[in-house]
Amino acid sequence: MSTDTKQVIAEEKPAEAKPAEAKPTEEKPAEEKPAEEKPVAKPVAKPVAKPVAKPVAKPVAKSWVKPVAKPIELPAFEKSISDKVVEKFGDKIQVEFVKENRVGIKVDKENIHDVAEFIRDGLNYDHVESVSGVDYPQDKEIEVVYHIGSYSDSSLAKQLLVLATRAVREENPIPGKDATKLPTLRDIFYSVEFHEREVFEMFGVYFTGHPDNRRLLLPEDWADLPPLRKDFAIKGR
Amino acid sequence: MTNELPPGLAIQKVDERIMTLNVGPQHPGSGHMRIIVQIDGDYIVACDPDPGYVHRGEEKMAEYRNYITNIPHLERPVIHDSCNILYPYVLGVEELLGIEVPERAKYVRVICAELNRCIYIMYWLAIYGIFLGHSTMFMWPAGDRELLIDLMEKISGARVTHAHFVPGGVRNDLPPNFEEVCLRQINYFEKRIKEYAAVFYDNPILISRTENTGVLSREDAIRLGTTGSVLRASGVDYDLRIKEPYDVYEELDVHSPVMKEGDSYARSKIPWLDMLESCNIIKQALQKMPKSGSVRVKLKPNPKGKGFDSVYKRVESGRGSLGCHIVSDGKVEPYRLKLSVPSFRNLIALPYLLKGEKLGNMPSVYWSLNYWPVEADR
Repeated sequence: MSTDTKQVIAEEKPAEAKPAEAKPTEEKPAEEKPAEEKPVAKPVAKPVAKPVAKPVAKPVAKSWVKPVAKPIELPAFEKSISDKVVEKFGDKIQVEFVKENRVGIKVDKENIHDVAEFIRDGLNYDHVESVSGVDYPQDKEIEVVYHIGSYSDSSLAKQLLVLATRAVREENPIPGKDATKLPTLRDIFYSVEFHEREVFEMFGVYFTGHPDNRRLLLPEDWADLPPLRKDFAIKGR
Repeated sequence: MTNELPPGLAIQKVDERIMTLNVGPQHPGSGHMRIIVQIDGDYIVACDPDPGYVHRGEEKMAEYRNYITNIPHLERPVIHDSCNILYPYVLGVEELLGIEVPERAKYVRVICAELNRCIYIMYWLAIYGIFLGHSTMFMWPAGDRELLIDLMEKISGARVTHAHFVPGGVRNDLPPNFEEVCLRQINYFEKRIKEYAAVFYDNPILISRTENTGVLSREDAIRLGTTGSVLRASGVDYDLRIKEPYDVYEELDVHSPVMKEGDSYARSKIPWLDMLESCNIIKQALQKMPKSGSVRVKLKPNPKGKGFDSVYKRVESGRGSLGCHIVSDGKVEPYRLKLSVPSFRNLIALPYLLKGEKLGNMPSVYWSLNYWPVEADR
């Protein structure tokens, strides 16, 4: 287990650096990335990774890093959506990715309410499809990702806006009474009501302003950690 | 018990006039869930759905298994629609790995997905018949469903939980002579479900029980973020097979049924119209499908994503848009897997629809939401 956790941390570093560097510049992330990975990869898998890394690098870039690697191929319509948000909020937000039919935006919890309001009123998105929590114990943070779509604007039918924000993660959580809190989006998108309740019980992220923070799926007498956190382990695993 | 209540719990005040009823979780009119209704005489004043009785932690389990061994357990939430619940997962893993699927596999998938949609709706319809005390409508769909189950058995070897979709295509090719058998059975099936209209959908008793009950307006349907048949029954023309076509739906001629009324009757009719459309799609797919070729890209053992990445894919299932959010950290297991299921999304409409309704209308309104309790809990 201990080796496993080391690997997580080792592999996380380039990944965390990637979205921050690659997105704004978009020049040569494919070239830079293997160069960065090498020093990190050394302790883990030295003899195998090195000789293979260079020849493999090209097909990798071709198959799935495509929209990021070549700035020309950024889908125009999706770019225009992210540009509108950037124009309005400037450096308060961070564009995480622009892919086909998906625009990813990262925002602090202080600004998420304003950004969500602009997304609804300024960009015509009208409902939330999914709210997922993602636990990052190594960053001491829990990310909450909203997938926002639109029924009423037919030009946005394919699009999903992926709005992500992060809350502080406590080592010993007391759900609802510790620092793991986010402002609710229920007053903006009514459809998050049950989704946010689920995130609260499964991750312990309390949504301030949500009128109904009761449990939904878990039993009333659940007294363990929020079960989808990484430190809650299934028995026998 | 003077202690302060833990968060998530609340003490409810009791009114003299209002009575609280627990419907479920063992009641035949609720499935595996509890609906707490407050009634004033015969009228419902408030309703609080309480799912979670069949919560199995699919999302947590997925973090412990690799991308291939996740396949059989991820279809458990809705075994009658097992191809459709695997569909977004498989599409997502393919995008993470950067695989292009062979053309024939895409057609086989579409055929399987449409067959499964019909199988699911037939089961749903049978239970809807029972809820309304219409036993013919229980017997007929339950019997005719066998035809399609036989077809799926021919394709995958299993009657309900097929585990037929894999990243890179489908598990097996179609059996020899399948096209002929499938076309014959679909033609019969189509003829057969058209007969349901005379017995069920044009039946004045059904119409009088479901018309104008539980009306969901277009604005509310959008605001509440409902999906699938509930959304389309309220006049919103939104079907992912048309709006965001995946695999080969783009090359097929799909017409998604839409109704304006937004009542229980419209919500119960849309799935039936969906089945007729599915027959249409299957026939087209059988015609356009490449007659030979590979159906599966061979993957390396233990495939994994490359570094940190996330993907969200969605498909139109038998109940509505079904999404799968996968976060990968470059290991053989997903770092986080979230299923955004239509039943869970439609559940939010239940308190709205039941307010002011008679208690006797509760089963028809509830089941018209095309709700599958096991799927909502995951």
